Amino acid sequence: MADTDPAAADRDATNWAKNISRLNVSSTAGQSIPRNVDGKRVAGPFQGFGRMWQKTYQVRLPLAEVSSTGLIATWKARFPDFWPSGNTFYAPLTGIAPGEVALLDVGLPGGRMKLSTGVMVLYADDESFTLMTPQGHMFAGWITFSATELDEHVVAQAQILMRASDPIFELGLELGGHKQEDVFWQQTMTALATHLGHPEATVDTKVVCVDKKRQWSKWANVWHSSAIRSAIYMLGAPVRGLVHRRRTS
Amino acid sequence: MAEATATFEVRRNGTASVVDIRGDVTAGSEEVLMSAYDAAADARAIILNFSGLSYMNSGGIGLLVTLLVRANRRSQRLLAFGLSDHYRQIFELTRLDEAVGIHDTEAAALAAAGVR
Repeated sequence: MADTDPAAADRDATNWAKNISRLNVSSTAGQSIPRNVDGKRVAGPFQGFGRMWQKTYQVRLPLAEVSSTGLIATWKARFPDFWPSGNTFYAPLTGIAPGEVALLDVGLPGGRMKLSTGVMVLYADDESFTLMTPQGHMFAGWITFSATELDEHVVAQAQILMRASDPIFELGLELGGHKQEDVFWQQTMTALATHLGHPEATVDTKVVCVDKKRQWSKWANVWHSSAIRSAIYMLGAPVRGLVHRRRTS
Repeated sequence: MAEATATFEVRRNGTASVVDIRGDVTAGSEEVLMSAYDAAADARAIILNFSGLSYMNSGGIGLLVTLLVRANRRSQRLLAFGLSDHYRQIFELTRLDEAVGIHDTEAAALAAAGVR
């Protein structure tokens, strides 16, 4: 078995989420409805359907003004503030800490429908944190946010390793979803740089297809689709409103 | 790029290559891990020995996914042994255990890879 270095064991216990079989969002302070997250399993890149992508978005900021740990502390504390308008990140009460679950409402093209989903904080230390998606999210995988000090600069990075969760999301990503996602993260990185005093910082984007194969055995993931479930929930809103009115009258 | 804090030594055992991992595996380990994989590339199975692992962060887990994709592309099996209880749980949590065969000992991993 692996060596048991006390310092490493302490980092293990502190930085990683505890192993869980299903997500529980009852303790989350978010105002979104956790219907697409509660009781779901998390899903890594190997549980998804579509082609596997690694997407990296970076901005370089002067080291004299912010350290890597300072940048990550700011990013964790103000994570929802950096999201583009029309999208909401409901941070956990205790902040971005390993094992916590956050809820999300993400705007879809056209602007009429919101996709309600969530993420679990898989890992967090002073220089990085990782969010992992649940079943039914638009993609299966994780996003790692990190900061590295390099040549008088701090490089802030968001890196996504993902597959579309199911055939419908795969189609959506191919038909403009990838581009929309790039814009989303480029705006996020620009908002972070702006907050740190550098609105002029340019975002470097690198997109690599890690695996061109689609995992057809995962087509049934569509059962968990947050898009379908969000749409059904929205379509049912008038009926629920009517029932609620009758009960209260 | 972040500095590498781990070493990956490759040794051959029949049709399998065993990669002995030592130190901290992070995103900064990418170059040395992929060099080790290239040295083991003609094997039918790649067996990762985690007995000397001190620490692994989420960047390290991401590297294992990339390694797994490369191994799958070459129809190689990827197996692991020597994981601590903690990292076994991390493999379960990230669901890497569904794609990487996990074994208690090197002998068990070699047997699963069909090497005697």
